[in-house]
Order: sequence, then C-alpha cells, then structure tokens
Amino acid sequence: MNKTGLWAVVLVSAVFAAGCSSTGGSKGGAAGGDGAGVSTEAYGSVGLTADQLQQAENRTIYFDLDQSEVPPRYYDVLRAQALYLIDNPDMTLTVEGHCDERGSREYNIALGERRANAVTRFLEAEGVAAGRVNAISYGEERPADPGQGESAWALNRRAIILY
Amino acid sequence: MVRWIAVLFLCVSAAVQAELTIEITGGGENAIPIAVTPFKASGVSVPEDVAAIISADLYRSGRFRPTDPSAQPELPAGPTDVNFPLWRSAGIQNLVVGEVAPSGTGYALRFYLFDAFRGEQLTAETVTAAARDLRFAAHSVADLIYERLTGQRGAFATRIAYVSSTRGADGKESVALNIADSDGHNTVGIARSADPLMSPAWSPDASRLAYVSFEGGQPAIYVQEIATGKRERITAFPGINGAPAWSPDGTRLAVTLSKGRNPDIYVVDVASRAARQLTTHRAIDTEPAWSPDGQHIVFTSDRGGRPQIYRVPAAGGPEQRITFEGTENTRASYSPDGKSLTMVTRLDGRFQIGLLDLETRGLQILSSGSLDESPGFAPNGAMIIYASSEGGRGVLSSVAVDGGVQTRLASQGEDVREPAWSPFLNRRF
Repeated sequence: MNKTGLWAVVLVSAVFAAGCSSTGGSKGGAAGGDGAGVSTEAYGSVGLTADQLQQAENRTIYFDLDQSEVPPRYYDVLRAQALYLIDNPDMTLTVEGHCDERGSREYNIALGERRANAVTRFLEAEGVAAGRVNAISYGEERPADPGQGESAWALNRRAIILY
Repeated sequence: MVRWIAVLFLCVSAAVQAELTIEITGGGENAIPIAVTPFKASGVSVPEDVAAIISADLYRSGRFRPTDPSAQPELPAGPTDVNFPLWRSAGIQNLVVGEVAPSGTGYALRFYLFDAFRGEQLTAETVTAAARDLRFAAHSVADLIYERLTGQRGAFATRIAYVSSTRGADGKESVALNIADSDGHNTVGIARSADPLMSPAWSPDASRLAYVSFEGGQPAIYVQEIATGKRERITAFPGINGAPAWSPDGTRLAVTLSKGRNPDIYVVDVASRAARQLTTHRAIDTEPAWSPDGQHIVFTSDRGGRPQIYRVPAAGGPEQRITFEGTENTRASYSPDGKSLTMVTRLDGRFQIGLLDLETRGLQILSSGSLDESPGFAPNGAMIIYASSEGGRGVLSSVAVDGGVQTRLASQGEDVREPAWSPFLNRRF
C-alpha cells in the first residue's frame, strides 16, 4: 500500500473512533481538535456523514470501458465529497486514475489521467479550490483486482479520492 | 580471424534474480537445415553446452532447422575429419564443427562452417571471451553463422531489458527493471521499486536506459548508465512524464508530458533538459518512436476517436494518420530499415502484434494472444519481442518476422512485461 493510501486508512480509523464517541452536533461542531473535520453532519443530497464519505466505496468512482466521463450515478456522492472538502480546506487531496489491463500501458497512463482529471474537474466545479487536488494516473500498473476478465476489469477502471 | 567480444559489465545492487526460462514452438517452413555438432573441449572444462546455445539461437530466428545431436550421423573428431557423404545422405547441407580452448583466463571458441553438399569450408573463425562471457561468446558464434548463411547480421549477442513484478505475502508489489541476454539467461536487476517502473528504452549506443519511475508518488523520466548504475532525472513535470524514446543520434528523448493539461509529445535535449513541444492537440498523444533516419516520429493519438498511429516530422510540421485497419492501433515502433512498423492492433476485441508495411500498407498479424502488447524489433529486424499473458501471468514472447517460430520467456513466480531489445552490442575490433 502506498503512503497516501495508508494515511487514508489511518484517517478513516481515527474518524471512526472519534465518531463513535461523538454525541452528534452541527456542521463541523464535533471536531476533535485535530482539524480532520470530524462531524456527524450529513453532506449533500445523499446525506453522507464525514465517516461515511471516507469509506472506500464513497471515494471510488468506477468507469465504463474506454470512458473517462464521470458516470451520472456518482454525481450526488461527489457533490457531498466536495461539500465535505470545502468544509475542511486544510486536507490535502489526491485523485488517482486507473485502468484495466487492455490497451497499451502508456496509453492507459493517459486514459487514467483523463479519469483523474474528470473527477478533479467535477470537484472543482462544485467549489473545491482549483489547484488543491493532486491528480495522478497509475494507468494499469496498480490493479485493484489482478485477475483477468470482465469482473476484474470493471473493478480496475476507477478513480480514487485520497485525503 | 579473431573477434573480441566486449560485453557490458553490469554494476548491480545484488538481489537474487529469477531466471527466465525459454520455450520455443512452431517452425519455419522454409527453414535451412543445419547441424551444430557438440563443441570439443580442448584442455579446459566448459560449463555450458556451446553447441546447444548456438542451435537454440538459430532455431529461434525461424530461419534455421537445427538437427538434434542424437539425429546427427557422426561426431567429427575435427574439421579435417568430416565425412561429407554421411551428411549429404542425411540431407543436412550446413554443418558446424567447433572446439573450446582456453584463452587467458577465458575461452576461445573456434568453429568451422561447412557446406556438406559441396564438401566446402564456408568460414572458420575464433571468438574469445572472458570466462563469465562464455554464453555471450556462443551467441556471437551464432551471429557469425547466421550472417554467413543469410547475409543479414545476427542479433543473438544482444540483451533485452524488461520489467518484472512480484507480490509479497503482505500484498505489497515489488517492481524491478532487469537486463538479460537475448535468450533470457544472465538476468540482472538494475533498478527496483515499490512503485511502478515502466517503459525502458535503450540508448542507441546501448550504454544507458531511459525509463519511467513513480518513486515518491509522481512519475518522472530517468536515464541510467548501465555499467555504473549512475542515473539522472530528465523530466519531472506535473502530470504525465512517460514513454521515453531515444533519437537515433542519442542526444534527445521524445517523451509524453501532460503538464497538468493533456498529454502531448515533446522532444527533450538530454544534456540541457530543454523541452520542445512537438504536438498540440487536446486528445491523447503518447508513445512516440523515431524513424531510424531521425526525420519522423510516430505516436499514438485518439484525436480521431479511437487510438491510432500518426506521424509527424521530428522538426515539427503536419501530423498525418497512418493506420486505418483495426479498431485501435497503439505503441508503434519502426523496423531498423524504416520500412515497417510493429504495433499493438486491436481486432475483434483482441490485442495482437501487428506488422504494417509502410509502402504497401499491408497489415500482418504476428501473434495469437488476446492481450499482447509492447512489441519491438530486434536490431537486425528479423524478430519482434513483445509481452503477452498466459494463465493470467505476464510472459515475454518473440516471433520471427518471416518464420512462424514463437519463443516464450517466462519467469517463475513473477510477472514479466515491457521487453525492449538492445541495439547491437558486439564491437568488432
């Protein structure tokens, strides 16, 4: 696991622990003093709390074959992510783009960058400060599922928000 | 005549390397019958089967059909003891007889090539090498035999660079950049990382490799001197730094940079690091490769929808699409004579190795996998090495351009990928 990924896991655990002892509160009100934005406020129309937003399933956007447009089914969760990120302006943020193994490796680096950029642009359009997001493409070099076939490939065509 | 072999000495941070194992299948229909009789050891112990190394090389080329020693009609005691009628009746026209003798602390490989039908000696030469280069000396003998009988320079005494990766019990991936002999032996690692390593490219003098490393969480292009391990970072712009390709004069790298926008082709001066933008298009432009005369650069672009191959003058100018067959064509590179391109062609959902004749525009599919990629020519243009997938594992394959012989190189417990065939290495003094 890379450093950023590890940090994300640590952060999720910390927020989860803090969230358990929290007794609720208003927007940002239950912050534990670490600046990580612990809150039980629900963000966006999907009503996801900070600790829910930090779950991998809400930070991962899966793409269709050869596509780099954010599928509409992710709009609501990404809007919630943007609101959360605006609330926590000090969090550093990376968006990784990934591909399945089909196609050439360097072309996939480029395609993965398009996916990372599509998510970045979406977050920026929703108010996240331009330049705050570090977008990086790993192409097909870091599959989530190293297997072959449609089900593995579908899991590998993704962008991940890491903070 | 004595030929000296100068081999690249690799300075390596020691790590145990998994050896590539070789498997050869198929056979050229018009392959030339040849017999390489076992080399006689004269006053020295020889740790390798020299004749077997030579035979395997010749077979791999698709141009020869070597006879197994068990099917050879005799083992001549020496070059003056060949019973030509025996070979004639066995239908074997070309015959190699040789011996290994000590030379300093190394070896001298003396061989004689006969036309058994005419009872004539075609050539006799000696190749000397340091003890550690015995296999390489055998490859050099194969090169000389190949050249004498085909008129084309042999490319067996060369190396391949490739990327390998293993996943530890903890799930962590370890990636290495390796160099091996052209037959997969003598693997040495020259770089290792927990982050991706990609796109190795040999400098034209074979002294350096350019490659992409994601160490530190951002991609950058490095150039590493093979003999010393000394390396320099050439580009580390925001966004993509990828797909390095050396200019034929070795002074520049064509690369892909996105600079936080979209990927375009740039030409970077290796000494000054000055970068000149060559293509400017909002689509993906990547995977540049130089024509052998340095006049053109081909690259992959999806400006027409799906990725196809385009060509641009290296000095800048109009960009022209040059592939039209296949759903997609990517990662093209020129043959050494500049007359054809090898690339990945997507046809009916399969990714295979294509060979495009630039004059006739004829496209030939050379591989039979469904996820074949990263093709590149041997320096004599006779073979193409590429990466394929077998049972979910990455293996290297090579195919004779006009032969039908397929070679597979696999590594136990490792994924291997992104092969790059070195330029010619043996300097002849």
